[in-house]
Amino acid sequence: MNKPMRDGMNDNMKDGLSADEFATMREELRDAMPPLDELGHGAELRRDLWPDMRRRLERPQVGVPWFDWALLAVSGAAAIFFPALIPALLYHL
Amino acid sequence: MELLERFAAGDLDAFESLFRQYQGEVYRWVMRIVRDPSVAEDLTVEAFWRAHKAHAGFHPEANFAAWLRRIATNLALDHLRKRRPYVELPDDLAAERKADSVVQQQTRAVLRKAFAELPPRLRIVAQLGLVEDESYAEIAQALGISAGVARTRMFRAVRLLRKKLRRLGVHA
Repeated sequence: MNKPMRDGMNDNMKDGLSADEFATMREELRDAMPPLDELGHGAELRRDLWPDMRRRLERPQVGVPWFDWALLAVSGAAAIFFPALIPALLYHL
Repeated sequence: MELLERFAAGDLDAFESLFRQYQGEVYRWVMRIVRDPSVAEDLTVEAFWRAHKAHAGFHPEANFAAWLRRIATNLALDHLRKRRPYVELPDDLAAERKADSVVQQQTRAVLRKAFAELPPRLRIVAQLGLVEDESYAEIAQALGISAGVARTRMFRAVRLLRKKLRRLGVHA
């Protein structure tokens, strides 16, 4: 076990969880979910992802321009603070 | 001009060089968290995409790998939050390694289920620290928190996991 995890165990002991309990939980977890390094091929990238990245870069961006958001915010604020304007706004839509 | 300076200036060739240099490292890190190859691939591409979008805000003197790892960690955490509360791991990753009794296999399955039900921000710390043996410093840097907060989350994850296991009738 690496040093930082041992330090963590000492801290946990202060919080009422003994080092043994901490270590037992760690072992049981590693038994149920083996670390990827122990699985060999499991953690290695099996193909080059650059073609995927190119497609992602070339995908057209769909987004609302900031000006539209600003306009919406101003309209919302106007509707809240000046409700009498709502009929006039609706008339012009 | 250095590679990172060119990246920060928006040079696509520099971005491709960095992508090829770091894609394996980012993928391995994300795999440690999500343990699903196809999800890890998607999140790796998404992390680089976000890095590319944010190139203008990157300082060439900064640590590119650490910056990228933090982006990827946040994406992986978002993925854990959106995913159903319990998803069985893919066969090759959750496979029983030894010829165990049915009881042992069931105990492991219950443990995996209880672990998957932990709140994502606790689970990610326990996954990286307890299972993958990453240091508190590495975890803290990747999550953008202090090592002390990482320790606290680790403790809370273990305590909550023990409570869940007791409720499910597994002694831990």
